[in-house]
Amino acid sequence: MMKTSNQIGHISVGYISAINGSLIDVKGIENHTRLHDLIKISNHNILGEVIQIYSEKVIVQCYENTSNLSLGEKVIDLEHPLSMELAPGLLGKIFDGIQRPLDDIYSQFKDNGFLKRGVELPPLSRKKKWHFIPKKHLNEKISGGDIIGIVQETSSIKHYILIPPKKFGTLTFIAEEGDYTIEDIIYKLKENGQENSFNMIQKWPVTKRRPFYKKEKATEPLITGIRVIDLLFPIAKGGTVAVPGGFGTGKTVIQQSLAKWCDADVIVFVGCGERGNEIADSLKDFEKLIDPRSGRPLLERVLIIANTSNMPVSAREASIFSGITIAEYYRDMGYDVALMADSTSRWAESLREISGLLEEMPAEEGYPAYLPSKLSSFYERAGVVQTLGTNNSEENREGSLTIIGSVSPPSGDFSEPVTATTKRFVQAFWALDARLAYAKHYPAINWLDSYSNYSEYISNWWNKKGISGDELELNWQECRNQVNEILSKENNLKNVIQLIGEENLPEDQQLELFIAKIIKEGFLIQNAFDNVDNYTDVDKLMEQIRIILLLYKEAKELLNQGIIIEEIKELKIIDDILRIGSSIPNNEISKIAKITDKLFDEIKALKHTHISMGEK
Amino acid sequence: MSITYKKIRQIVGPLVFLKNKHDVHYGEIVKIRTEGQENRIGQVIRIDEEIIVIEVFEETKGISSDNSEIIFTGEPFKLKISNDMLGGVFNSLGQPIDIHTKKLLDSEIFTEIEQDITGIPINPFARQYPSNVIQTGISVIDGLFTLIRGQKLPIFSGQGMPHNKLAAQIVTQAKVLSEEPFLIIFCGIGIIQDDVIFFIEKFQKSGNIHNIISFINFADDPVIERLIIPNVALTTAEYFAFKKEMHVLVVLDDMTNYAEALRELSSAKEEIPSRKGYPGYLYSNFASIYERTGIIKGKKGSITQIPILTMPNDDISHPIPDTTGYITEGQLVLNRNLEKKGIYPPMEVLASISRLMKDAIGEKNTREDHADISSQLLASYSNALEVRDLISVVGEDSLNLEQKILLKFGNDFENKFLKQRFDENRDFSKTFSIAWEVLGNIPKNQLYRIHQEFIDKYYPKQV
Ligand SMILES: Nc1ncnc2c1ncn2[C@@H]1O[C@H](COP(=O)(O)OP(=O)(O)O)[C@@H](O)[C@H]1O
Ligand SMILES: [Mg+2]
Repeated sequence: MMKTSNQIGHISVGYISAINGSLIDVKGIENHTRLHDLIKISNHNILGEVIQIYSEKVIVQCYENTSNLSLGEKVIDLEHPLSMELAPGLLGKIFDGIQRPLDDIYSQFKDNGFLKRGVELPPLSRKKKWHFIPKKHLNEKISGGDIIGIVQETSSIKHYILIPPKKFGTLTFIAEEGDYTIEDIIYKLKENGQENSFNMIQKWPVTKRRPFYKKEKATEPLITGIRVIDLLFPIAKGGTVAVPGGFGTGKTVIQQSLAKWCDADVIVFVGCGERGNEIADSLKDFEKLIDPRSGRPLLERVLIIANTSNMPVSAREASIFSGITIAEYYRDMGYDVALMADSTSRWAESLREISGLLEEMPAEEGYPAYLPSKLSSFYERAGVVQTLGTNNSEENREGSLTIIGSVSPPSGDFSEPVTATTKRFVQAFWALDARLAYAKHYPAINWLDSYSNYSEYISNWWNKKGISGDELELNWQECRNQVNEILSKENNLKNVIQLIGEENLPEDQQLELFIAKIIKEGFLIQNAFDNVDNYTDVDKLMEQIRIILLLYKEAKELLNQGIIIEEIKELKIIDDILRIGSSIPNNEISKIAKITDKLFDEIKALKHTHISMGEK
Repeated sequence: MSITYKKIRQIVGPLVFLKNKHDVHYGEIVKIRTEGQENRIGQVIRIDEEIIVIEVFEETKGISSDNSEIIFTGEPFKLKISNDMLGGVFNSLGQPIDIHTKKLLDSEIFTEIEQDITGIPINPFARQYPSNVIQTGISVIDGLFTLIRGQKLPIFSGQGMPHNKLAAQIVTQAKVLSEEPFLIIFCGIGIIQDDVIFFIEKFQKSGNIHNIISFINFADDPVIERLIIPNVALTTAEYFAFKKEMHVLVVLDDMTNYAEALRELSSAKEEIPSRKGYPGYLYSNFASIYERTGIIKGKKGSITQIPILTMPNDDISHPIPDTTGYITEGQLVLNRNLEKKGIYPPMEVLASISRLMKDAIGEKNTREDHADISSQLLASYSNALEVRDLISVVGEDSLNLEQKILLKFGNDFENKFLKQRFDENRDFSKTFSIAWEVLGNIPKNQLYRIHQEFIDKYYPKQV
């Protein structure tokens, strides 16, 4: 049964010496291989990654099911780590965790619809021609990050063809404007007397972050269209946020809403260890929905990585890094990229499963001790950066990569290892609350447990945007403060109500409660499935919250004048205020001004009857 | 070609260890022949150059290091499937049995294909997003948690609660308007014989069922077999759904027994447990079952799953319901207090959800006001329950008018909308009219979740 290992040419070949679930032992390549090298089990076309090296064997984690394999089967060391193929054609595609094109697999094996093992297809089309426009001239000295040319990848996104990091030299050849495949040579660089040819493809190892010139501070909000987020728990472009919540609390709906409506240029959606039907759902929406900015289907600026819960666990582990590598590549072109990972817990669990097979000493709840360093190596790849590339004003590009990771704590317990560890590495935390979800308060973002460290950084943006209107109107920060204050007063009063009942509170406190209720019902609650309510732009957001705070201010005044709270609660206009979310589209916000007018009218009438009653 | 081993090195729980002497295939099936006993089946779960580890599906009782032969088949577990299975009852290995005597039947089943029972994942790109509403005739389900063809929607129950009754009612009343009836695949996992007989008789009487195939692992059958029977049932389901283009509805009863078997095996393998002794891969393992549901683009058939599970101590945060809820497309949760109040189905509506209904209901499919009604009923019922809590603190007298209205609404909701007879089949329009009747308790201007046009059209006229 023993087989000798050998090297055919420079290819190093070994054989399987043990099988245990998705792990195999390989003998014969231990002296040549490097950690993270890919291997291939040649008879079955199964890929795997070297994860441990010993003097007499290496341990490989396979990206596919190992059933029916036998000891002694041939294993080839591919001598490179798992890398993403980066080139035009990425947008609109759907890949599995190791960049196999799920759409092409489907169309090539149409009879089936199932994912057979050992399918090998290139990630991107080798035949499709792209219209390349050169941007550099012969004999120019260029280096990593420079834009050599442009391809219009989709009608909304220009694909800047970049010199790979660390490459430099004098341009000795550049293709003329024309149509090329991604494999055609489009330029040559001469460096120290040696000439190298390049096509449009860059390969980049997934676990290595792509370099940039320098990191910048995040100053711009990523507008999500979700009111509670944009007002209370904002996220910056280049920021990191975790969305933890038990099942059914709305993590996926939030991720999907963000993917559809947030104002990033490019979206990378990583469906990591979750439901197949959710991927189908997102795909269908991305194909159908029109991007308001380009007038084209959203899918033209979206890329999906789908490694669902029933797909191989090792590829699930890779999927997060695959996604982030592609996201960084578009960031390097100067785009604002947002990456959604749903769910990072499933990814952490894949680490745990593999660690369990390796019989490593676990830390908490069976998770390996390296969970924190793995998690931070993911979130640390977010940020606003000045990209590589010649430092002239024309080419100074700034790109950002925002990460929104959902977390699925067992029994909704936020003290479990993945949630607790993630909290250390993110700057914003949208805590989803099962009690709110049960009460059909969606998005179920708990306003007391959630936080965002970005509000300071971005408040200037809101002020500059001039949304603060005339000086009588509250600006973004002031609205936030007031809302937070009202909500926290409500929280403090809760215990008192439990003891004495709402009716026995002083009038001004009843008002706080009433306004808190309006804020919840008429502002925080937002129906993701209503065609109007699903997305609130910044102008509507400000109008919608201001009218509630205006009501608050006026009502306090009325109470001072001796009008009782029950009368205020009966103002007709309150119904209209509560319905603004779903009744007034973003482009019709002048209707809110009309409601404001009516509000003043009703208040005047109320005062009037009060005065005339007093006179009698 | 099969190879026979005569010497066992070690037996630990369901695991048998052999010295490795030939080229075995990972996952291949072995037969174990023990003197004076029926043949058993096992599977290779670990191989290295010294040792082969086999997981025995039936018990290892009676096997000793020198009384048994291990025969390697060189093949994974393959199920024999054909049209002949329609109407049949089978054990975990796909052999026909009699439910009354639990004995194996002699009858040979014609084999059309032999299929490896390990599920191959459906390409997510090939999935057709489910959007056909199934009418179950049960108001709380149709109105609030609409079941969709191609969905996996479990029932979270507890010991002694009427989950079997509810599952039977769903299955026998389920219909997709103007479409052919379902093929039912009933998979009993550690189930008692009385329940099996109850189900099968119930199904046989129903006109909405095209046919039934049952796979039964009885409560006193070997525990380890519980781990294969769902895959046997689902492999059969995939054959009928995607090769024979039928609509298949699979009932898995009860997944708690499955999970316990998994825990038992894991501890025999001395694996590091995560929560409550369940292995860290419980999620992936459950997913490999639950995700074998759905519709594939360009194919006519479908698989819908209704897994049933009993929550240990009625605790929804227990790893079994918790992990399930993270994978399935919603859940129907039963509540013991409602059951004690005599309400059937005792659905805990605030904990229940159907995640696939959003795109499937509405004007073209059910009715234009469906989404609004369901969200309003749930929001108001949640408020009503808060008022009930309040009464226990401040007493009913100190409630204000709004709270009294909610209280009345809550009672009506439970007694008129929720409560329903076991043999009562309400169509969608009946369900909606009861819903509006109950909503009529609440003043129009407080129905914030309902669009004005629907209030104008459907709000009951006051008498
Ligand atoms: N913003 C929202 N508006 C309306 N319904 C929502 C919203 N968020 C969540 N839901 C409801 O909750 C269900 C579960 O949400 P989902 O995002 O799938 O939860 P999770 O991913 O946390 O398990 C959805 O199917 C939907 O019915
Ligand atoms: Mg989710």
